[in-house]
Amino acid sequence: MMEATLDMTTVAKVNTATSGGREEFSHTISGTIGKPYLDGKDAKFFCRDVNVFYSGDKQAIFDVNMDIGRNEVIAMIGPSGCGKSTFLRCMNRMNDTIEGCRVTGDIRLDGEDIHDKEQDPVLLRARVGMVFQKPNPFPKSIYDNVAYGPRLHGLAANRAELDDIVEQSLTKAGLFKEVKDRLQSPGTGLSGGQQQRLCIARTIAVSPEVILMDEPTSALDPIATATIEELIDELRASFTICIVTHSMQQAARISQRTAYFHMGYLVELNDTKTVFTNPQHQLTENYITGRFG
Amino acid sequence: MSTTTEKVKATLGKRYAKEKRFRFYGLASIALSLLFLVILLTDIVGKGLPAFSSTYIKLDVQLDAPTLGVSTDATPEQLRMANYNTAVLNSLNTLLPGVTDRKEKKALKGLVSGDAQYELQRMVMDDPQLIGTTQSVWVLADDDIDVYYKGNIDRTLPEGDRRIKDFQLVWLDKLEAEGRIDSKFNTTFFTRGDSREPEEAGILSALVGSFYTLLVTLSLSFPIGVAAALYLEEFAPKNNFWVDLIEVNINNLAAVPSIVFGLLGLAVFIQLFGLPRSAPLIGGLVLTLMTLPTIIIASRAALRSVPPSIREGALGIGASKTQTVFQNVLPLAMPGILTGTIIGMAHALGETAPLLMIGMIAFIMDVPDSVTSPSTVLPVQIYLWADSPERAFTERTSAAIMVLLTFLVSMNLIAVILRKRFERRW
Amino acid sequence: MSTLGILLTLIVLAAFSYYIGRKRSLALATPMQRGGNNLHSLPSYYGYLVVAWAIIPALLVFVLWSTLEKPLLTSSMMSHIPAEYQDKSADERSLISNRILNLVHNPERLATADPLFKAAAEDYQQMQSLSNIIKTLLVLALAIAGTFIGLRHVKPKTRARNQVERVVQIIMIGCASIAILTTLGIVFSVLFESFRFFGQVPATDFLFGTHWSPQTALRADQAGSSGSFGAIPLFVGTLLISAIALLIAVPLGLMSAIYLSEYASPTLRAYAKPAMEILAGIPTVVYGFFAALTVAPLIRSMGESFGLSVASESALAAGLVMGIMIIPFMSSLSDDVINAVPQAMRDGSYGMGATKSETIKQVIIPAALPGIVGAFLLAASRAIGETMIVVMAAGLAANMTINPLEAVTTVTVQIVTLLTGDQEFDSAKTLAAFALGLSLFVVTLILNVVALHIVRKYREQYD
Repeated sequence: MMEATLDMTTVAKVNTATSGGREEFSHTISGTIGKPYLDGKDAKFFCRDVNVFYSGDKQAIFDVNMDIGRNEVIAMIGPSGCGKSTFLRCMNRMNDTIEGCRVTGDIRLDGEDIHDKEQDPVLLRARVGMVFQKPNPFPKSIYDNVAYGPRLHGLAANRAELDDIVEQSLTKAGLFKEVKDRLQSPGTGLSGGQQQRLCIARTIAVSPEVILMDEPTSALDPIATATIEELIDELRASFTICIVTHSMQQAARISQRTAYFHMGYLVELNDTKTVFTNPQHQLTENYITGRFG
Repeated sequence: MSTTTEKVKATLGKRYAKEKRFRFYGLASIALSLLFLVILLTDIVGKGLPAFSSTYIKLDVQLDAPTLGVSTDATPEQLRMANYNTAVLNSLNTLLPGVTDRKEKKALKGLVSGDAQYELQRMVMDDPQLIGTTQSVWVLADDDIDVYYKGNIDRTLPEGDRRIKDFQLVWLDKLEAEGRIDSKFNTTFFTRGDSREPEEAGILSALVGSFYTLLVTLSLSFPIGVAAALYLEEFAPKNNFWVDLIEVNINNLAAVPSIVFGLLGLAVFIQLFGLPRSAPLIGGLVLTLMTLPTIIIASRAALRSVPPSIREGALGIGASKTQTVFQNVLPLAMPGILTGTIIGMAHALGETAPLLMIGMIAFIMDVPDSVTSPSTVLPVQIYLWADSPERAFTERTSAAIMVLLTFLVSMNLIAVILRKRFERRW
Repeated sequence: MSTLGILLTLIVLAAFSYYIGRKRSLALATPMQRGGNNLHSLPSYYGYLVVAWAIIPALLVFVLWSTLEKPLLTSSMMSHIPAEYQDKSADERSLISNRILNLVHNPERLATADPLFKAAAEDYQQMQSLSNIIKTLLVLALAIAGTFIGLRHVKPKTRARNQVERVVQIIMIGCASIAILTTLGIVFSVLFESFRFFGQVPATDFLFGTHWSPQTALRADQAGSSGSFGAIPLFVGTLLISAIALLIAVPLGLMSAIYLSEYASPTLRAYAKPAMEILAGIPTVVYGFFAALTVAPLIRSMGESFGLSVASESALAAGLVMGIMIIPFMSSLSDDVINAVPQAMRDGSYGMGATKSETIKQVIIPAALPGIVGAFLLAASRAIGETMIVVMAAGLAANMTINPLEAVTTVTVQIVTLLTGDQEFDSAKTLAAFALGLSLFVVTLILNVVALHIVRKYREQYD
């Protein structure tokens, strides 16, 4: 009974927020709690006042500020529709591909403004790779899937180099042993978990600096999920990884820092341990204790 | 900077050039397709617009009894048979006296349309009191004269290369100077049937033929199509051999060349069942078979877009399956079904090939008065006229096309409006 | 009574039987408590039940009688003509029967007709009026008897609604089955006539012969009256024109679809798509007119200015205009298949840093390839079966050439030419049209079946 009442109040607050606008909301969420900035340290990604609007005035992200460090795994969690995926897609300008989507604010990769006129989305996406929720191998062979990026970007001078990149990427993604005898068979013929690792291999074949992962394991079974999680942990040595996840356990297992999004706001960003053991904000606590989401 | 960045940067210029080129090809394809449309339409409108006016010549006709060979108290039958031809000739001779050469005499008669004497006939039969008077009458000019006044015969060409000779030009200039030549709206085009003479040819019989044909098509294909769609979408068992066979057949028939339906009509309806050739009835039957797949496919899509909640709601309060479908689902799907039907009818209206097979290609002067009388339809009329060598028929063909396209555009507009008006987001 | 008269009478009878059926059920109903009654169904269902009993048997007999009347009367007439005509060949007998029927339909010619034919025609007329009387009486009697039988079924216990619904369902199944009947009708009509044709001209001569000149068949008894029916030149001509059309329609249609679905702004899409649909909605006879009177002379004069000799009815003109006609067809089919490629596929490619055109060329088109192949096959089937453009703009001369500047003829052109002339239906010439129709039907059927199968499999893959 007690819990149910609590739940009601949260919902009520959120509801006032949506109908009443930002003014009333701010007494619930006043800026981001925790440590959104990497003071003094050199951030890989630097995001200030990021707002995202969809077709017209529908706002999906409100004034998000955060830094993302080098070689860290940062997890973004929050209830469905909270904007975590939308925010993730800002970082390699994938939102450009959505009609009517507009991003404002300052996002820098290694100090370069990614929205700068000089900045090229193609180059940006080569530097900031992305793995999607549903494994989406291209309708090509396993080899061609991995070679897709290197071929596009002219990363290999000859066939031998390309073979090398493909083998290394598949090895890093932990897939090479399983598929080395059937590199020419279609990538769509693999199991779900293998497909997702193929997509990861495809992404790292371009040697990006950052890998964005949008709920990479939500379509997979627990065993495949465990394999991918191990893989992410290994990849941390070479890449910065931002992962959006639905599973709080996953965030706790693999990330160093965790960001909690709620209705388009970044509510709390802190060390993963702190977020899960001692959340500062009521909404975060409600979420991680399973009251909603 | 990493090596990736450098390598990618090196490729960018070339890749964006390719991107631009590809994008340009796409845009060019659309532009080219639409350019074809514009050329086609302007070509037809340019050719067809002049057909909406006709050149008339004013004659002063003496309707005296001896010339006509009748008196004021003649019976209608006598009036009908009277010699109006001579009256016309006399008036031309008075206007342009001194023509003796045989060839020129023939040309003189040929200045006005063969319809001139019938025009007089109509006048006199309406009012026999005109006999004995002299009347100023505007009569249709011959099609060559009409073509000349529409600027399609160049008088600077050598005489041998044009259909209007020098002596005719002298006459025409004289007539024009006397104010006896004028251009008026071409009512003949909309009020008459086909004719061998372009200036007398009209589309009315073809329009009426099209109307009867579509009437048959609509009254058969709409109920049958809706019933078939209802069965397939709402009642048919899934994974049933017959139902699958029906579906495969419908999808195939939608892509069978239309002329094959014409062969079916010829072999089955005419040869086997002995239905009358050239009749809108058979045309309608053939077009029904042709448009059924379109209507069934559109109706099924409309039925499918009605959400299951509507059906569950009705079934939940104890309505039978049939009651639910007829009283709840069908009305909601009706706008979509009507849209599909109108589009099917527009196809049927423009269809030509199968109708050639069943003899609707006949030369029809009279306006058909039932679904079994011989008739032609508008597209076939266009086909027939397009084959005629006379320049004046070319412009009438284009004008008939403009009429046909006007009908098609209005039908499609109605369909679009219907769709917009009743579009529902569930 | 005329057909219209009988139908109107039936409609009146139907209204009447509905009325009394409904009334009878109300009379039988005994009210129970709470406003209900003991009828199984609503009164109107009893009305419909009586209507069904009254109309359906009568209508069936009417339709059956009307379809069988003429063939039966004709055969009975032919069995009554003198024996010397009985022994003539089938062709001549059908000629005689046509002449008699002609007399029947044009009674004013009876006075001047051959006495033999006159007798037969008068005989026919008598039988026809007799048949009409019997038909009218039978249909009306059935309708009235049906009404009475239906009324006897009006009882509170009768499950009128279920029975009416059953009838409705059977009618609906009948309507849906028309699709099968149509296909069967097409197959049998072209097959039957084609077999008769192949009885006169060997199938191998037709399929592999390289000379086509049906026009030589002037008189039935003439030597070589069968003409030459080698269809290869027609097949070559058809393929040549279709190839030109596809060469134009496929790239333009596909690129338009790609641009519209991947690049175009919503505004451009909102205008360009309906404009393309206009192009699709223009009747083929209009395209034919455009091809014959505008494009062909243009190509001819352009060719001449380059010193080329161009036939006035060149394959190029017909093919070009046919291509324009097929562009919207190709583009809307491709549009559908391109839109069926999941967004995830595009995202994956963009996420790798591919440009739009790279994504389209290397991911979307390979992914949509089965669908595009299906669209191509449907477009090919459309081009092969297209009639009016080629009838108006392509020639009649059966040249065997692949030079697009020369005149060729096609299968459809020959079908139209053979069947719109004034010749006997049973001559080799008209039967040849059915053999051509058969080859056309078979080829387009195969293309359609394969294309529809590919497209369906493709859709299932991404559903």
